[in-house]
Amino acid sequence: MNIMNSSNLLSITTFIYGLAAFFYIFSFVFKKPFSGRLGTWTALAGIAGNIAGITLRWVESYRLGIGHAPLSNLYESLVFFSLVIVVIYLVIERSYANRIIGAFTTPLAFLAMAYASLSPNISDRIQPLVPALKSNWLIAHVISCFIGYAAFAIAFGLSIMLLFKQKDEKNKNLFLKAFPDLKILDELSHQMIMFGFLFLSAGIITGAVWANSAWGRYWGWDPKETWSLITWFIYATLLHARFTRGWQGKRLAYLSIIGFSAVLFTYFGVNLLPGLHSYGQ
Amino acid sequence: MKKNEVSSNPVNGLWKFFASVKLTVMLLLTLAVTSVIGTVIPQNENPAAYIHEYGEFLYRMFSLLNIFDMYHSWWFQFLIFSLTVNIVVCSIERLSSTWKTVFTKNPSFDIVRFRNSFKDEFPDNHTPKELKSAFLPVVSRSFRYTKIEETEKGFVIFAEKGRWTRLGVYAVHLSVILLLLGGLIGSFFGFDGSVNIPEGEGVKSIILRNTGKEQPLDFEIKCVDFSVSFYESGAPKEYLSKLVILEKGKPVIKKDIIVNDPLRYRGINIFQSSYGTVRPEKVELNFTNRETGMIYRKNAAIGEEIDIPEARGKFVIKEYTSSFNFRGHNLGEAFLGILTPPNGDPAELVIPLKYPSFDKMRKDDLIISVESSEQRYYTGLQVTKDPGVPVVYTGFILMILGCFVAFFMSHQKICVEVVKKGGKSRVMVAGITNKNKMGMQARTQRMSKLLSEKAGILKG
Repeated sequence: MNIMNSSNLLSITTFIYGLAAFFYIFSFVFKKPFSGRLGTWTALAGIAGNIAGITLRWVESYRLGIGHAPLSNLYESLVFFSLVIVVIYLVIERSYANRIIGAFTTPLAFLAMAYASLSPNISDRIQPLVPALKSNWLIAHVISCFIGYAAFAIAFGLSIMLLFKQKDEKNKNLFLKAFPDLKILDELSHQMIMFGFLFLSAGIITGAVWANSAWGRYWGWDPKETWSLITWFIYATLLHARFTRGWQGKRLAYLSIIGFSAVLFTYFGVNLLPGLHSYGQ
Repeated sequence: MKKNEVSSNPVNGLWKFFASVKLTVMLLLTLAVTSVIGTVIPQNENPAAYIHEYGEFLYRMFSLLNIFDMYHSWWFQFLIFSLTVNIVVCSIERLSSTWKTVFTKNPSFDIVRFRNSFKDEFPDNHTPKELKSAFLPVVSRSFRYTKIEETEKGFVIFAEKGRWTRLGVYAVHLSVILLLLGGLIGSFFGFDGSVNIPEGEGVKSIILRNTGKEQPLDFEIKCVDFSVSFYESGAPKEYLSKLVILEKGKPVIKKDIIVNDPLRYRGINIFQSSYGTVRPEKVELNFTNRETGMIYRKNAAIGEEIDIPEARGKFVIKEYTSSFNFRGHNLGEAFLGILTPPNGDPAELVIPLKYPSFDKMRKDDLIISVESSEQRYYTGLQVTKDPGVPVVYTGFILMILGCFVAFFMSHQKICVEVVKKGGKSRVMVAGITNKNKMGMQARTQRMSKLLSEKAGILKG
């Protein structure tokens, strides 16, 4: 039992996600539907491992006498981020019956997990919570933010697909033929962005309420706060451009990619800058 | 039409300028890009640090543009103000027509629009008359409003729901206005400051964060006790202050506060934010004779000169420090004192509380160390008042609800047209919506399937 701790379980999950991504890509490149189905089952196994890993980590933290929800540092947030990406993707796969999207989204979950497990800068140790982090708002804040980020990650994958697809106007390219229609890609990434925007807003709001209960200030222009707002501005721009100015396709795909870059910077880049969120490292 | 007649009017021109969504997109992008500056250039540091970092010239340029406090600069505030006006004007422009659509008694349906939109058709062996009574309950089960119209060759059922969801986007816009309004109220009628209170003492004023000025309070905050606990790793686990609020010397409220659980009293919030140690008033010193091992114990107070045993001169404690740095190591709390031998020059010496043998390094016959000292903490409190918070929180709730409605709920209309064809019927089911067209297509197909199944089990 000692060997199967949460870190090992999550390392195995990383490998399973890598395998799922491989099956999806293989199925896409060599047009093997069987490999795609294998991808789905592997992704499901990955989700099971991921959830088991998170749960075990929770239990372990209580065994150490410092019990807290496993959502308190960069490692734990990345693990949760990967889980949400794969869950959202599988929901899409089920409703749109297209596995090629998997080739563009599951690798993101794999990369996030691999980064969490392998990067020397990220500690997978269970650490006790410093006083400021002891709040139920922390859990609400982290969950909302990472559901939002995961939806944006999938929108990013879809936008990349859209940019490939729109180059092939006559629908001749063998690879691109199997892609969902431009219209579907556009609509789906829009849905993901709306979903992500709702959760990003909720994440910023729960963060603000938490800050107000911990420091008496709901907004302080701390770099991480500011970057989450920048991300919010970019996606708000995108939504307005589409709702009222009728932007579609390529232009929105570029905005969605810029938006996801801002997400990544909010997530990783800001840790290089000073501020209150420095414990998120 | 009225608008065009008076378009030369400057007020009208300004109105038109702010009624554009292009402006919204421009403002949002400008806010996104300029906000980056303040995350790269540290804000509100002292001028010397900036001059060192950027040089004299750049420092002046940046100061001119308020870059060092950019989120409160005139130009950033101006951008936010413009966005607010933009939101208000755009919403007013569009709200009047939305309002009419939402609050009409008789929703209008245009059959031609339905015929031109996504539709599903199927033939059926029943007559329109037979189908009418069968279809109506199926449609009204999933739509709030249903109306039926007779036509020359049959009938049409119009149905709709979610009319009110068209207001979702206005809720989101209103929420943004509330956030800004709440922020404004806070900055005009609120304050943000801090105060350090030694255990057992009370204060009636605090120091403001921005100006460094004193802000009197209507009551007294007393810290009865402070404690700090640590994890095994040495990281802090919990800071706890036992506070009492006194009005005219009488205690009115008692509360133990920790980080994330403040005390709120009369609109003022008191947060646990830091702690430290205060200089002890009484100190018990040990003078140990290196050769005989004899220990003399003497009480001392800061600034009070005492005679050293064995007539070896005088000693006075000058200062207390909560952290003494010795060759790169933090030795923690320490006293700094001056020793004057009977015939010699005064010498400065350091007596760390935690290292009783530190004074051995002086190589004197008598080693001075601290036996005990009155250990006293002070609690660092953040004290804020922000009457804008309820407005901001209302904005938060409205934003979440509004986004949900605006993104995931829609105004859906459906039309079922049944036309007589010989002794049989032709059924058309068509749906239109204001957003998520693909979802509506699926719903239309589902309705069509439901209706054809219903017709299938009809007798006759």
